[in-house]
Amino acid sequence: MSEQKNGSSPGNMARKWNHLRKVLERPGPFCTSPSSEALSFLQTSCKVLIIGAGGLGCELLKDIALMGFNEIHVIDMDTIDLSNLNRQFLFRQKDIGSSKAEVAAKFINSRIPGVKVIPHFCKIQDYDSDFYQQFHIIVCGLDSIVARRWINGMLLSLLQYEEDGQVDQSTIIPMVDGGTEGFKGNARVILPGMTACIDCTLDLFPPQVTYPLCTIASTPRLPEHCIEYVKVIQWSKENPFDCPIDGDDPNHINWIYEKASERASQFNIVGVTYRLVQGVIKNIIPAVASTNAVIAATCATEVFKLATGCATSLNNYMVFNDVAGIYTYTYEAERKSNCLACGPANQPKYLDIESLDMKLSELIELLCQHPSYQMKSPGLTTMQDGRNRTLYMSTVRSIEEATRENLKRSLVELGLRDEGIVNVADSTTPNTLEITLRVTAKMAE
Amino acid sequence: MASPAPKSPELSEKSKKYDRQLRLWGDHGQAALESARICLINATGLGTEILKSLVLPGVGSFTIIDGEKISEQDLGTNFFLDVDSIGKSRAEVATQLLLELNPDCQGDFVDENPQVLMANDPNFFQSFHMVISTNLPETTLIELSKTLWSLNIPLLACRSYGFIGSIRLQISEHTIIESHPDNTNPDLRLDKPWPSLIQYVDSIDLDSLEVKDHMHIPYLVILYKYLKLWQSQNNTQDLPKNYKEKQNLRELIRSGIRKDENGIPLSEENFEEAMKAVNFALIPTTVPSSVASILNDNACVNLTSKSEPFWILAKAVKDFVDNEGNGNLPLRGSLPDMTADTTRYIALQQLYRDQAGRDADVIYRRAQQLLHQLGQPSSAITEAQVKLFCRNASFIHVIRGTCIADEYDPRTSNARQISEALENGDGLLIYHVMLRGVDKFYTEHNTYPGEYDDQVEPDIVKLKSCISKLTAEWGCGVLSKDDYLHEICRYGGGELHAVSSFLGGCAAQEVIKILTRQYTPLHTYCLYMMYSLLISNTGVYAL
Repeated sequence: MSEQKNGSSPGNMARKWNHLRKVLERPGPFCTSPSSEALSFLQTSCKVLIIGAGGLGCELLKDIALMGFNEIHVIDMDTIDLSNLNRQFLFRQKDIGSSKAEVAAKFINSRIPGVKVIPHFCKIQDYDSDFYQQFHIIVCGLDSIVARRWINGMLLSLLQYEEDGQVDQSTIIPMVDGGTEGFKGNARVILPGMTACIDCTLDLFPPQVTYPLCTIASTPRLPEHCIEYVKVIQWSKENPFDCPIDGDDPNHINWIYEKASERASQFNIVGVTYRLVQGVIKNIIPAVASTNAVIAATCATEVFKLATGCATSLNNYMVFNDVAGIYTYTYEAERKSNCLACGPANQPKYLDIESLDMKLSELIELLCQHPSYQMKSPGLTTMQDGRNRTLYMSTVRSIEEATRENLKRSLVELGLRDEGIVNVADSTTPNTLEITLRVTAKMAE
Repeated sequence: MASPAPKSPELSEKSKKYDRQLRLWGDHGQAALESARICLINATGLGTEILKSLVLPGVGSFTIIDGEKISEQDLGTNFFLDVDSIGKSRAEVATQLLLELNPDCQGDFVDENPQVLMANDPNFFQSFHMVISTNLPETTLIELSKTLWSLNIPLLACRSYGFIGSIRLQISEHTIIESHPDNTNPDLRLDKPWPSLIQYVDSIDLDSLEVKDHMHIPYLVILYKYLKLWQSQNNTQDLPKNYKEKQNLRELIRSGIRKDENGIPLSEENFEEAMKAVNFALIPTTVPSSVASILNDNACVNLTSKSEPFWILAKAVKDFVDNEGNGNLPLRGSLPDMTADTTRYIALQQLYRDQAGRDADVIYRRAQQLLHQLGQPSSAITEAQVKLFCRNASFIHVIRGTCIADEYDPRTSNARQISEALENGDGLLIYHVMLRGVDKFYTEHNTYPGEYDDQVEPDIVKLKSCISKLTAEWGCGVLSKDDYLHEICRYGGGELHAVSSFLGGCAAQEVIKILTRQYTPLHTYCLYMMYSLLISNTGVYAL
């Protein structure tokens, strides 16, 4: 970068932020705290973290940089794909295969002198609380519920409490979260420990579409059933490429497309297309530039308001839809008093089970299905005879192999009892949950 | 092993790039977008944000008109200008940087003041499908609005002002076949079954079926059979209307569930589905009132040699409803998924498809007759168009707008609507009044209220007097609260990038809706406010 480009000293760019200055420095009936310090806070001290450098992330980087913030971190483990280019406007054809976070950061840094974007090409789970603690505000542009829950859990774990049980306000890192699907989206502001968190409102996420195995296997009716059949049954049986399905490999998609078409024609089912096959296999969610712009801008405005107090914050959940006209609706999502993530830290966490005869695999299934836990691949340990014993863990291969046999054993056989405690780790939270098993007599039908 | 790739357009590089949006508006929507020429007046932060969300999805071409030179302030709000460009033409630099987003898109610019351009070349806009303006002073906007109204070119007038923004669509008429409604009830016609459907249902004898088959009869068949039973028990031809009658029918369906040797009912999902479907599958088949008003519209009833295909299709459907359809729209022809064995489900699906095909055939012939009578070529309406129209017949939509210039003419302005809204304390239309006040202020003083730090207080008074003149003109009372005046003067004409980005996304999507003729555009004015907590930050008004 040339010398002049770096020059953002007040001398030669004094008027650049005139627009921002007006709303930051002037008093007004809707302004909560006008301050001549606000802009310099944004430019010299405030640190914002953007999680995700995709559709929302690219927009967020631009918006937050142009709202006067100077130090912005961005974290994303993904690389750039051709299908990103219809909306992720910081990326070009030549960038395909490169790190989203790195390319995005480089672009913003060269377009807006003075701004320092620091990329992190990794998973959010690769960093611990020391990293997350440094930020004033964290804003998420994610497409994964698991990642949202994880960072939500991380920010909750950073809270400290006063002696009277109140949250120490200085330990709160606000989280602004956005999400989009097609022409619909939502944006929300979370003050961890104070307002509804991600886990308080888990039921807001739509359930994933699944098809019963018997339908797929014996009574298919939709093109989707034929595609699922190839994915779930035929692929592992014929193993055409000696590897699991890779949704990004056109040879794989082609094979599935052909087999699904064959199956569909056997059953007189119409409508298997290449696009549908891709959609089902990769679980594709439609996305356009415009909705990303709208939701990211809403989030960026909230980040700006939280950092400066120049206007009242969104309280606390906004939905957007422009399928017909333009529609927004804002409401206050409520905290769940017994939320497993943000409820009282010392509240006991229970899991009701029917009997100790249940197999460990069934317990794991229960943790995945349970509306309050909704785990992905929980790992379980328990204290036995003063020693920590791993019951099952799928994330480390050697441990998985060593504990696989336990899956078939009943809880009794594994030495668990009523009111016994299992420690559960899962990708949905950075914290290990101490869960008390409670045997409940089966309810009479 | 893998055989050669199927010959499918879905495998091209372009369709990979646009995959995520093609799932929303299809290849035909994309083709419409790619052939569109649009014009942007003023490459403000808002202007380039709108274009960004049009260039990325692949709009055919754009032209920017802007006579401004780039200032330092521009760099604080506009992403598509760079630090080396201060003093250069804003139109030129924005065009260059926007074109980098998508090599499939063409773009050019005119480095000239729009007012001057309109005076010198009144026909300049003729070649565009749509014009977008941002932050235009009212005199220019009024003139532009009149010009485009007479050329019948849609205009989207957008504005970003501090924490508030507005989008106004000016379009004389816009027709939509594919409105893609979010939630729809299936079109099953159980109250008006056609002969082959009755025949099929009658061919199934539930009692004689093996359990396995009994569990796999589509709920539609079950629902129809028990509806007939319920009707004969109750001596009626009607559908169950109230909760009690529906509950009655549900119990009747439940009684049909097979029982095991101990008399305990088996779990039959199809019967459960039939009971649930009582609520949505037994709604009387009617022509929705919004569709009826389109079919009775003058443009439909009195076709001319210049009538658009939409209206000719609408007339063909109307004639069908009045004749072959016995008061009903053509059958949609789709069947929701339901628990069933493949053979029976596919057979039922085929019945619906065939009947829809027969309805569409009748309408196609009627449409061809109409084309002939109107002296239009028979190629003007294809069978595919007819099928699309029939599938969407319950969801067709027409928007008729007004000319922006009329809002400024006391004879045609919507003063009553505004004064009523003010008196009723409408949370958002007040900002429309404020923005009109700002316009008047700018016309009188050639600056924005609060533009200069030392003028904020005096400008509040001046703005108040501008607004008083307006409210007097509209015949409504004086505004009692000064809070909004203070807030407006705080902005001082400033543009906040995040607010522009929000509006830019909204505005771009409205343009895409118009160009693709899919989804329903806003009718016709939208206000947005981002500084406070309100249930609704967005207000849509028909102006």
